[in-house]
Amino acid sequence: MSRRATAIDITRTSIIGTFTEIARGLALASLAAAVQAAPYLPKDDATVLERLAVRPGDPVARELRQLRAELARDPQDLETALRLAERYYELAGAEGDPRYIGYAQAGLRPWWDLRDPPLEARVMRAILKQSIHDFSAAMQDLDAAAREDPKNALVWSWRAAIRMVQADYAAARADCEALRLIESELGAVGCMAYLDGTTGKAAAAHRALSAALARSSDASPETRLWVLTRLAEMSLRQGDARQAEEHFRAALALNVRDQFLLAAYADFLLDQGRPAEVIALLRDWVRSDILLLRLALAERALDAPAAKEHIQALKARFDAAALRGDKLHQQEEARFNLYLLGQKEKALALARENWKLQREPRDARMLLEAALAMNDPGAGKDALEWLERSGHEDPGLRRTAEKLKALKR
Amino acid sequence: MRALFAILLALAASHALAHKPSDSYLAIRVEGANLDGQWDIALRDLDFAIGLDASGDGDITWGEVKAHHPDIAAYALARLKLRSGGADCPARATGFLVDDHSDGTYSVMRFAATCPGEVTTLEIGYSLFADLDPQHKGLLRLEHGAGTRTAIFGPERPTQSFELARISALTQFLDYGREGVWHIWIGFDHVLFLLSLLLPAVLALAGGRWEAIGRFPPAFWDVFKIVTSFTVAHSITLSLAALGVVSLPSRLVESGIATSVVLAALNNVFPLVHGRRWMVAFAFGLIHGFGFASVLKDLGLPQGALLIALVGFNLGVEVGQLAIVSAFLPVAYWLRSSWFYRRLVFIGGSLAIVAVSGIWLIERAFNLKIISA
Repeated sequence: MSRRATAIDITRTSIIGTFTEIARGLALASLAAAVQAAPYLPKDDATVLERLAVRPGDPVARELRQLRAELARDPQDLETALRLAERYYELAGAEGDPRYIGYAQAGLRPWWDLRDPPLEARVMRAILKQSIHDFSAAMQDLDAAAREDPKNALVWSWRAAIRMVQADYAAARADCEALRLIESELGAVGCMAYLDGTTGKAAAAHRALSAALARSSDASPETRLWVLTRLAEMSLRQGDARQAEEHFRAALALNVRDQFLLAAYADFLLDQGRPAEVIALLRDWVRSDILLLRLALAERALDAPAAKEHIQALKARFDAAALRGDKLHQQEEARFNLYLLGQKEKALALARENWKLQREPRDARMLLEAALAMNDPGAGKDALEWLERSGHEDPGLRRTAEKLKALKR
Repeated sequence: MRALFAILLALAASHALAHKPSDSYLAIRVEGANLDGQWDIALRDLDFAIGLDASGDGDITWGEVKAHHPDIAAYALARLKLRSGGADCPARATGFLVDDHSDGTYSVMRFAATCPGEVTTLEIGYSLFADLDPQHKGLLRLEHGAGTRTAIFGPERPTQSFELARISALTQFLDYGREGVWHIWIGFDHVLFLLSLLLPAVLALAGGRWEAIGRFPPAFWDVFKIVTSFTVAHSITLSLAALGVVSLPSRLVESGIATSVVLAALNNVFPLVHGRRWMVAFAFGLIHGFGFASVLKDLGLPQGALLIALVGFNLGVEVGQLAIVSAFLPVAYWLRSSWFYRRLVFIGGSLAIVAVSGIWLIERAFNLKIISA
């Protein structure tokens, strides 16, 4: 198998030697995975081979078991299927594991292929489909759902989210407007601020969103985390790193497991030239591809010995995804190729391919940086046009764009 | 508040999920009617399906996995249908190990299956975890002969058929063709024999002396006749020997080949046969054919694809020969009037060939080792 071909020959002892400090638990298992790929017989029965993300005794696990048992008794029970799918969807977000999307889909099997499923099933189906990046199928379901129930806030926010990914800002604005008529203040302001913050009005968006958060004293920690992460992004777009850091720290202090916050904060630290803090932040997150990528970037910046093994582990995971035919991680894979493997050409190809599917600021940044690395302004044309059209403010992104445009002359 | 959170979650939706999805790695090797398999399945997935964590502490230990091996075999093999020629090929687990993949530890199950007859078309039905996780995929690697194929199984494509004979036929043909080219390339005795016959092609015997030939076409046709008759002759004996119709002791064959080289080279220095060198090529070509056949036997002849191997190998030998001839002829024709060619290459070269092949002859006839070539 191709993953075997990429595995380098490092003995178990040398891995253990390098990583004694994180040799406990899964960190080692997943590192060893990258470098050692030959079946073996564990030494004794007590050897821990795998650590489950959700322990069977956890309340979440108990609830899931109970819901699954109920659904097994009556697979046509839509209410139970929806509750189960919702729980799994949340778990997928928290753990970043697509297995849970599959589990949710399995529960919805009786409604999955129906042309006209009940509204709730249709919305859930759209949510699951967009999470495996089947945006057009998700949008079809959301269109139908919006026609059937124009007052459904969830439907409008999902429509806005997908439009944001596709950089269709006019349509996203219409969806946010629809949401404003029916949804609580923070949700509606959040939608519009997310849009404005991306399209050149970061200062106003920041003001509106902070004010809305200050008025919503009853907001849940998860909601606060989302708002604070967006506020940090908006501060960065205004070039205010100090304020961004305050938002990030406030978000981290909420103690909610959220990889996307960690990823955003790690990117901030990397951009600020503070890789040592990234290592401290992410050393226990090697299982997550997106966080392992940031960890490896930080280690590379510091010439840390762990970088080599982590790069190898990432390579193995991207190879495995390629074997499967996955295109979910092309932006990350482009970054990996550009900064950790030095494969500029491949990085550019991936960044361009990714741009066809996803057009958010970080996708544009990747495309611009890859095009700049290849001295190929033409390849970055789409991202330059996007920058022009959206009015996106991020100073770093604008500097990269200027350098790329300067090549033209 | 949950609804609001869902809305905000929606607005951060575009991040890719950060883990590798669920895959299993299925490797199957086909040998005649037997299938040898290895199936790597993530412990996390198996735990979800049949529950491995008996202690409920969230850690899956080797002891817990071992205790569940019969369950893993029963669960997994019930979801893998192997069929050939319209009949099932029942599979049984033959051993268990574990392996560390990039996203966690996997159970490694080795299994064996037996089909009713030689497998030409293998039908694989894959439904592992189809009911639990429609996003799960099975990544197949199918080996047969020298060929390897890969395929992806999922709910969209749960059953796929693999025609092995057709695929491996082309692969085998090319493989044996390559071997043929390689053999003529490293088979100095064949090359020297051919060269001995080709060297005089750009010269003409006039009154007991070799003179440069006047025009290219006669030289070309001379070479054409020699190469063709050598080819026809060794193809005949190669086929007869490979098919087991005729068989000669290898010592006799190898000595005969060495003799043929000695005689062909001597004929250049002391011309006896000139105009009908193609007949010499034919006669000795018969012996060389036996030599090729022994190489082919060493490579191992695939039962059921004998003809493909034979034709592939033979064509490979021809390609190798043609490469040598087309490199030789233009240069020889260009140099034919020179003292360099007529004395040094033609006479000197032929004498050198006589010397080398004479040593081969002694080595082979008396089973000695004089030079190591």
